[in-house]
Amino acid sequence: MPRGTIPGVPVPIDIAKVARLARLALTPEEMERYGAQLGAILEHAASIQALAIDGVVPTAHPLPMLNALRPDEVEETLDREEVLAQAPDRDGPYFRVPPFMEEA
Amino acid sequence: MIGDPADRTIAGAGAALRSGELTAAELLAAVRRRAGATEALLHAFLTLDSEGAEQAAAAADAAFAAGRDPGPLAGIPLAVKDNMCTRGIETTCGSRILAGYHPPYDATVVTRLRQAGAVIVGKTNMDEFAMGSSTENSAYGPTRNPWDPDRVPGGSSGGSAAVVAAGSALGALGSDTGGSIRQPASLCGVVGLKPTYGLVSRYGLVAFASSLDQIGPFARTVEDAATLFEAIAGHDPSDATSYRGPVPEVWPTLEAGPEGLRVGVISELAGKGNDPAVLAALGRTLAALEASGAVVRELSLPSMPYALDAYYLLAPAECSANLARFDGVRYGPRLPGDTVEQMMAASRRDGFGPEVTRRILLGTYALSAGYYEAFYGRAQKVRTLVIEDFARAFQEVDVLVCPTSPTTAFALGERTEDPLAMYLADVGTIPCNLGGLPGISVPVGLDEHGLPIGFQLLAAPLGEAALLRAARAVEVLAGFSARPALATSEVR
Repeated sequence: MPRGTIPGVPVPIDIAKVARLARLALTPEEMERYGAQLGAILEHAASIQALAIDGVVPTAHPLPMLNALRPDEVEETLDREEVLAQAPDRDGPYFRVPPFMEEA
Repeated sequence: MIGDPADRTIAGAGAALRSGELTAAELLAAVRRRAGATEALLHAFLTLDSEGAEQAAAAADAAFAAGRDPGPLAGIPLAVKDNMCTRGIETTCGSRILAGYHPPYDATVVTRLRQAGAVIVGKTNMDEFAMGSSTENSAYGPTRNPWDPDRVPGGSSGGSAAVVAAGSALGALGSDTGGSIRQPASLCGVVGLKPTYGLVSRYGLVAFASSLDQIGPFARTVEDAATLFEAIAGHDPSDATSYRGPVPEVWPTLEAGPEGLRVGVISELAGKGNDPAVLAALGRTLAALEASGAVVRELSLPSMPYALDAYYLLAPAECSANLARFDGVRYGPRLPGDTVEQMMAASRRDGFGPEVTRRILLGTYALSAGYYEAFYGRAQKVRTLVIEDFARAFQEVDVLVCPTSPTTAFALGERTEDPLAMYLADVGTIPCNLGGLPGISVPVGLDEHGLPIGFQLLAAPLGEAALLRAARAVEVLAGFSARPALATSEVR
């Protein structure tokens, strides 16, 4: 399995696991290529490991915003037929997909 | 009439429409002629909306004939990046995974442009899902730079920058997550504005990294960029992250000039790492500002060199979550699979190009158990340092400046094999997004190859008035009036 490492902070990249989590059916060649590229990018990104940032509060959002609330009013929604017209497969008013699990 | 209407500014064309010198139909015909003459070379559009554009132009002409004035964008031909939803008009984000997708609604920015009377001529090419700095990552082929077709227009909003430079539209909308408006504006010699985070609704913008994405305008002048900004900015109940306060008033101070303006040069971004021609143009502009009464000083923002690394963890992390919705269930092409998971994994593998795949993998990794704190968590802390550095700097200066891009337009294919080299070109534009600041690129000169050089200005959040005043001052001082050879006459 291809592995990328960060100097000083060895971090194995289990690229097959990452691809599975991301729902990407990669070929073995693709996994090798992407694994090596991720290694190089993470090696550069490891520069932030050197920063003294203990005690710094993380920022998830650039501006101070609280929950955005609105009155609970009935509003127009998208037309169901127009939305379903884009679906690769449908069954009446539903999106149809292959089975989630095998039949018992 | 002098010159080709396709080379007019929005302000100039608006005046001509109101005086009766020009009709919206004639203006539309002019930009179509330009697109017809240049598109085979540039490939800046993905989709043209001929019928919709004709109807909008006719409506504007009818309004003017009836003595009504639908607003400053009435009859003005504009283009929209292909990651903004247009009802019934294909919206692909430059990706195969959205091939054939016809949104059932308009993005709020599109609605606002239509309400202002604008003529939307088409959807522009882009790096797939706005991930890239060259527009080479489009699944539908690259866009080329109007100044030199062997070079890239920048990205990810390269199509929008190219059509404005070429004269196939008088203005355009792009989106900017790490520089995707400002960098292509710089490489194509036009003005590109990224407004304060939250000032422009993102309802109907296909999300890339939600804490960073912002829509903004491309134009040929600062005044035109301000006109477009005013048309699209303001609270939208459909976007929960949209800012609820008033939109900054930019007109009263737009022409206030450089006198007394406090300008800070970011030490970490304005020195080595930039091409000599880029630094020379920066130096000339700063000298002109100083000679005109601006107070120019250098400021150190020590977190800047780390912003890039933080960004390339935060943005892919957010992208990996946002792009989970493309799974072959509700829209887009689907590949067969025995189970829903196999169907999704096959459809996603086939639908996403290499750069998007790379970023989804990178983001998934950075968020995965065991690595979250070392990468994503630390990157969020670096973001705090960047915001604190900016806050300190804006206590001392009105605007911060540095080159938009360390180089002018680079050759097609030059960086496609080295993703990291492509990422490093974003070093000057990324901090603005991490801070949620407004930023703008203004063309200030040409390098030895005749390629445009951009000058970037940043202001504090909601500081659009100071930003555009300073940008206008730079525009006047630089006196940049060059056009690419394929645009036939000068901008007026």
